[in-house]
Amino acid sequence: MSKFPKLVLMAALAMATVPVWAETYGIGRPALPEEIAAWDLDVHPDGTGLPPGSGSVEDGEALFADYCAICHGDFAEGVDNWPKLAGGDGTLADEDPLKTVGSYWPYLSTTWDYVHRSMPFGNAQTLTDDEVYAIVAYILYSNYLVDEDFVLSNESFAEIELPNADGFIIDDRAATEYAQWTGEPCMSDCKENVEITMRALVLDVTPEETKARKVKQLVNATNPRNATAQDKVAVVVEAPAEDEPAAEEATAELAMPDPEMVAAGEKLFKKCKACHQVGDGAKNRSGPQLNGIVGRAAGAVEDFKYSKPLKAKAEEGLVWDAEALSAFLAKPKTYIKGTKMSFAGFKKEGDLEAIIAYLSTFPD
Amino acid sequence: MSKISKDTPTSRRAFLRGAAAAGVGAVAAGGARSATPDPLITEVQPWASGLGEGVDATPYGLPIEFESDVIRRNVEWLTADTISSINFTPIHALDGTITPQGCAFERHHSGAIELRKEDYRLMINGMVGQPLVFTYADLERFPRENHVYFCECAANTGMEWAGAQLNGAQFTHGMIHNMEYTGVPLRTLLEEAGYDTAGKWVYFEGADASSNGRSIPMEKALDDVLVAFKANGEALRKEHGYPVRLVVPGWEGNMWVKWLRRIEVMDRPVESREETSKYTDTLADGTSRKWTWEMDAKSVVTSPSPQAPIAHGPGPLVITGLAWSGRGAITRVDVSKDGGKSWETARLAKPGEKMALSRFYLDTDWNGEEMLLQSRAMDETGYVQPTKAQLREVRGLNSIYHNNCIQTWWVKANGEAENVEVS
Repeated sequence: MSKFPKLVLMAALAMATVPVWAETYGIGRPALPEEIAAWDLDVHPDGTGLPPGSGSVEDGEALFADYCAICHGDFAEGVDNWPKLAGGDGTLADEDPLKTVGSYWPYLSTTWDYVHRSMPFGNAQTLTDDEVYAIVAYILYSNYLVDEDFVLSNESFAEIELPNADGFIIDDRAATEYAQWTGEPCMSDCKENVEITMRALVLDVTPEETKARKVKQLVNATNPRNATAQDKVAVVVEAPAEDEPAAEEATAELAMPDPEMVAAGEKLFKKCKACHQVGDGAKNRSGPQLNGIVGRAAGAVEDFKYSKPLKAKAEEGLVWDAEALSAFLAKPKTYIKGTKMSFAGFKKEGDLEAIIAYLSTFPD
Repeated sequence: MSKISKDTPTSRRAFLRGAAAAGVGAVAAGGARSATPDPLITEVQPWASGLGEGVDATPYGLPIEFESDVIRRNVEWLTADTISSINFTPIHALDGTITPQGCAFERHHSGAIELRKEDYRLMINGMVGQPLVFTYADLERFPRENHVYFCECAANTGMEWAGAQLNGAQFTHGMIHNMEYTGVPLRTLLEEAGYDTAGKWVYFEGADASSNGRSIPMEKALDDVLVAFKANGEALRKEHGYPVRLVVPGWEGNMWVKWLRRIEVMDRPVESREETSKYTDTLADGTSRKWTWEMDAKSVVTSPSPQAPIAHGPGPLVITGLAWSGRGAITRVDVSKDGGKSWETARLAKPGEKMALSRFYLDTDWNGEEMLLQSRAMDETGYVQPTKAQLREVRGLNSIYHNNCIQTWWVKANGEAENVEVS
């Protein structure tokens, strides 16, 4: 896992080639081998930097369902606007290329490194090396690049060449563009006629969610490349907010939580934000919206696709009171085995109380 | 009588101001005269009588509430969520060249993390004589420099490849900001660690979950790259990488690694996610350019523009905008009012500076007729900003990144403007 052999080699090289030892300031301290090993995780296309380990497509499928499918789909096909990891073979020259690990990424090392370092989204660096191998194996499988009995390891890694490995050229703008776009430009009578050939029909691009949604529909509809544009304009823009008196009542019923706890909970909620929304206009993302979650029956948000184990709990009558939420949020995967929620749990004392206090401030 | 000649222009200006506040196109050309005295002048106003706020009412100030629309905005449909996402600088409402940090666009891959200076560590390892760890306080002990540079996301104007789409300079060109950075030259840190001359690449990573690793050739690393900790005189904002970010002058914003935590000298690039699957430019035949680091010369008229319509009638009009080049200083900007048939050279507010925004002005007399406004930048290499058609001819429609085309605003007789394409 560590790169000590490389470092030793570099030290030897350094002596051989006479390093650039300018005058130094003597600031900083030597990095310890353990520290370098902890942070120097990058993996090169030839596999340099890969730790020993292995994982099968079969294991990867289960792990992918647990950790990745909520955004990337069960078959790596992507949910909503989240990245699609599979498919798109042969589409790069099309009008609408689909760029996935299979169709676009040149090196498998990049997939391994990124999953290892940055995934799952919101819970990075929690997967074991073997789990990373397994998930990457499954991504290969979902792109039809390996068979179902394939096992990816630091040794079998070298066998894999991604289809688009040769699909890249080094920046050639200097040769293909700069010469023709250099020199004294035309100042008058540069063209005979000027006509408007295209208009941005999107007339009110505002940051408001509903309008942004409308814009998206309009853009989809007006983009010349969307052949089926007509249907899309008809989609109705978000309904107005729920009737407010009811919401106020609900607020009144709740005992006021400790403001400090609420503030602490708000900070903690950052860990949840990747998947959950609260407050006005909260919508389901990769997790359900959480308005009114405290005291609500489990699995009750409409239009959200809950995991089977959670649905089962809901049918048994689980209610998210403070006690149940505490138990769940302390160890999600223990409390509901098979939950889609890829969160390891709050570990620090007081965190559970704070997050629940914060959530309780959002009525249904 | 001097009294009349003094009064007339004053009230005329006030009248024009009032009209601007009231909306678009209400005013006739020049010489407008107020029929009745302006109560803002003839009546004592509350602010001229009562008291304002004392000092310390706002220990760290935000813009006055009347400027509350000058804010970053995002376009929700661009990304799956706001954590791995981007927003846009309100360039249509700014002037000069320095972007205030509070409205400078943000681009995160796993959210803007909060990292205390006390918890900050920067490691240099790889092909160096002595791998080192620096604290934040260590960095402040090296000799430091100040430089103004623009930072432009490679995807700025990326939504416009297929056609005119978003109506506003903020949305078409707002993935850019320009700040005065204070930091330590990367070269100093590389020398401190004793970099090996056989190391041709330097890899940079952030401390956030995305890490956003990027490989940069040693030549650039030794040239002008900064390890920066201040912007516009104050600490970086968390959304821009507090406490320390990389500044890579003239090169795409993704390389300006935020929350910089590790620098590794190597003999080859890593080929990380951000330099293979993203930030590569697919051409019409399906092959893709990689290592397209430099931002080519580009400009845009920021006012008038769709979010900044002409609020007065015909007469004196200031056409203004921004120009920049990742390959050096801007030397000239031309403006066309007729969609590129003819051009006038605009006035640069000051001589162009390398890899920094230039502000241009065309002080003109608007006849009240519609215009097809364009701007065209030239840099010190002699490069001339191309049209969208020229770019498409070489690259097709699917490059996503590095769209530095000439932008057209269709300014109508009522002063409103729309994003269009012209023949």
